[in-house]
Amino acid sequence: MNANNNGKNLGDRDIELLVGRLLRTGVITASCIVLLGGILFLIQHGSAPMPSYHHFNGEDSNYTTFGGIISSTLQFNPKGIVQFGVMVLIATPVLRIALSLLGFALEKDKLYVIITTIVLCVMLFSTIGGLKV
Amino acid sequence: MTILTFTIILLVGAYLAGLVGSLTGLGGGVVVIPLLTLVFHVDIRYAIGAALLASIANSSGAASAYVKEGITNIRLGMFLEIATTVGAVIGALLAVYTPTNTIAILFGCILLFSAAMTLRKKNQLALTEGSKTSEFLKLNGSYPTPAGPVDYKLKNVGAGFSIMTLAGILSGLLGIGSGALKVLAMDSTMHIPFKVSTTTSNFMIGVTAAASAVVYLQRGYMDPAIAFPVVLGVLGGAFTGARLLKKLDPKVLRYIFCAAIVFVAAEMMYNGFQHKF
Repeated sequence: MNANNNGKNLGDRDIELLVGRLLRTGVITASCIVLLGGILFLIQHGSAPMPSYHHFNGEDSNYTTFGGIISSTLQFNPKGIVQFGVMVLIATPVLRIALSLLGFALEKDKLYVIITTIVLCVMLFSTIGGLKV
Repeated sequence: MTILTFTIILLVGAYLAGLVGSLTGLGGGVVVIPLLTLVFHVDIRYAIGAALLASIANSSGAASAYVKEGITNIRLGMFLEIATTVGAVIGALLAVYTPTNTIAILFGCILLFSAAMTLRKKNQLALTEGSKTSEFLKLNGSYPTPAGPVDYKLKNVGAGFSIMTLAGILSGLLGIGSGALKVLAMDSTMHIPFKVSTTTSNFMIGVTAAASAVVYLQRGYMDPAIAFPVVLGVLGGAFTGARLLKKLDPKVLRYIFCAAIVFVAAEMMYNGFQHKF
């Protein structure tokens, strides 16, 4: 499958390949971290009875804030490691947008630089915009 | 039931969810939510957290394969992501105040109607005449088929964009990928060939879900013990689905899509009437 077959120019195709590679790397990294945390979690708690998830309690701050997740990961806490993988997973699409922005900028596609910047701003707003209720 | 048994069953269920979600462009979340709430009686808020993660994993896993093959229309995805991410943030904010039962029932009705519309229209031809807006936004493209590359053009960009905003709001509100609405916006409204709309929808779901996932993570809706089997299972299913899509023709895909959309609609309405949301 080469670029000519697609009727697309080389620039577009390059971005597509890079985006594909980033998504794959991000997902593989995230799932490896999650798998490691999950195995450790099962070794420590696997034979315990399933906790009641019937009522919503919310997670404590060790597993909901950036700082909390990082510090519990560094303490080798299995749940913290899983949450760290979750963070990598959530960050993957955001990085994908950033990569697309770079690609469109290199192509000098002003319209799509603007469009991509808008999407990136919305993502950053939801991440750090204090939407926590 | 021990945690180990729970994990294994959830892993298998999530694998199937990933497979169906990837083949239809619906996202794995729609199957994960009933599995968790109806089978395991997990609180809907944990289910929503896991479903959002499933949607991101499913989308990114499958999208990496489709993008490589050049089926996905990245510009179209990027343009429509303005609508879906803004919608997702609005939805995540609305989630605090809205009785989601009402929305679930309404959404179910819309989906059933859409499934009927999709079944009625059998032909899936690429447009040769695009609208001025699609020309200006460089949304027209081509995609590879066994018979060589096929060019396609778009129309009704504004209407598609509006449906995408709604898809984003529902995604943020209910924690699902809203892939069904995304495919409908592109397939029925903008007249994009089914394979392109499915893969581009899949591509967009990750970003849409991520926009609201951060909010849900901070609210404590993500439980690590549920997240890890769901993420790994959905990923496995998504990779299998990406391989299968290459061997199936769009007609088969459309039937799977219709069956899936009816399933989603029934699930949404049932849960809405039962006040399970």
